[in-house]
Amino acid sequence: MNLPLPWPFERNYMQLALVAGLMVGGTAPLVGIFVVQRRLALLGDGLGHLAFAGVAAALLVGAAPVPVALGVAGVGALAIERLRSSGRVSGDLALALFFYGGLATGAVLAGRAAATGRSVNVVPYLFGSILTATPTEVVLVAGLALVIVATLTVAGRALLAVALDEDAARVSGLPVEGLNAALAVLAAGVVVAAMQVVGLLLVAALMVLPVAAARRVARSFRATVWCSAVVGVGSVIVGLVVARVGDLAPGGVIVLCSAACFALSGFVGRPARPQRA
Amino acid sequence: MRIRVTPASDLGVAGTAESGRAPAVEATAVTCRFGADVVVDAVDLRIAPSEFVALVGPNGSGKSTLARALLGLRPCDGTVRLFGRSPAAARRDGLVAFVPQRGRAAPVVPATVAEVVAAGRLGARRWWRRFHPADVAAVDHALEAVALTDLARRPVAELSGGQQQRVLIARALVSDPALLVLDEPVAGVDATSQRRFRDALVHLTRHHGTAVLLISHELSAVASELDRVVVLRHRVVFDGPPGGLTERGVHLGVHPEDLPVWLEGLGG
Repeated sequence: MNLPLPWPFERNYMQLALVAGLMVGGTAPLVGIFVVQRRLALLGDGLGHLAFAGVAAALLVGAAPVPVALGVAGVGALAIERLRSSGRVSGDLALALFFYGGLATGAVLAGRAAATGRSVNVVPYLFGSILTATPTEVVLVAGLALVIVATLTVAGRALLAVALDEDAARVSGLPVEGLNAALAVLAAGVVVAAMQVVGLLLVAALMVLPVAAARRVARSFRATVWCSAVVGVGSVIVGLVVARVGDLAPGGVIVLCSAACFALSGFVGRPARPQRA
Repeated sequence: MRIRVTPASDLGVAGTAESGRAPAVEATAVTCRFGADVVVDAVDLRIAPSEFVALVGPNGSGKSTLARALLGLRPCDGTVRLFGRSPAAARRDGLVAFVPQRGRAAPVVPATVAEVVAAGRLGARRWWRRFHPADVAAVDHALEAVALTDLARRPVAELSGGQQQRVLIARALVSDPALLVLDEPVAGVDATSQRRFRDALVHLTRHHGTAVLLISHELSAVASELDRVVVLRHRVVFDGPPGGLTERGVHLGVHPEDLPVWLEGLGG
């Protein structure tokens, strides 16, 4: 179906790209806020590398990449959370283990798939392929985005309480383990949804850069939520237009737009100035 | 996520009704180890509802470890009952609140004073429900108790150190807990904030029937209001009214570096 949208979104493929991009651009920063608050800004990268292992495994056996990537990233997210909360491995080391383990597994599996004579092209998964998204893929991305928004509507306050102070939240009676697990799975969902749009190597940028920009401008958590979503959505729209005009890779341009917002926020935002008691 | 500011109203005393007559804390032979080191050694501790107890001792004497053991945040030997139930059950029932040591009030992501305080309210109700007027009133009440009403909409990062500590205390008060545990909440806090803090704790114990366990080096501000002082040096070396300490020639406004000398006065 072709909607009567003006240039540059008059073509069907641009409209599909726009819908998928808006879904991801709007929701990735929402999950990113909690990830940034917990000082796990690189979580998205770690999960992206795990998802790559899932994509390569799917290519090897000839399965659909998105569901396999979602499963591998989801299980990996829970494992990272488990390692982190057990205190046996620090958060960044737990991430590094999965980060490199995932990438190496993906490289081995993709190599194996190529050796068996299948046509293996991992570039669209690594750098995004938003202009070739099929309606089915866009529906899947929209479904993931809806689940993320619904979960955050219900559990956003509790996730904030846990992100602010895990011990205080646990003592106050919140199910901290369950909420942490939910956030890990949401992050895995974002990574797989964004895989299509900006690619696994740039997934974390959409979770973190809009939040980094918003936190320099906003003065409340609520405002940060809205502001980061606006930056994410704006980056997608501007990025798609610029990519079409200049015939550039849309995933990279979208992330560069977010990075530009972050850089500009330094001029707009006021530095926090502690006041005297 | 909107926090509306409405006039404070009287709040129910949910915690005390639930807690009944069972002691707020009943700990028997609590022993905690770090590897081979025994940090808390066979400690017995009993705190009645609405009792105001201070836990003092030199650095490394096991105060924070004991507090975490009482709240079930750290596995230790011995038994702990809070209001006649396990620490996990007491937490689930919304009876307990905690101000952790060196808690960070200012988040990485901006949040207002009211937003941070509201985060403490979720456990006392079904956390997934929308905020009701009673919850908003509880936030206002907690902000009033620590005199931060005027700063409710300010980003926490813009507050002074003393004000940020008060935000954390308000976050603990807002669930109207039946037992409040505070781990060095006023370390390095100015005199005005300490007075506000004392008034808030006195209000809690007198009007809400809350039991308070306060770990602090700096007790001069609250000395006159304490029911009991427990001195810990891995074991309990003193447990009695503050007057008992004064009789032994020790005073409660003690700085950490003076504590060894101070403890000698106890003959512990």
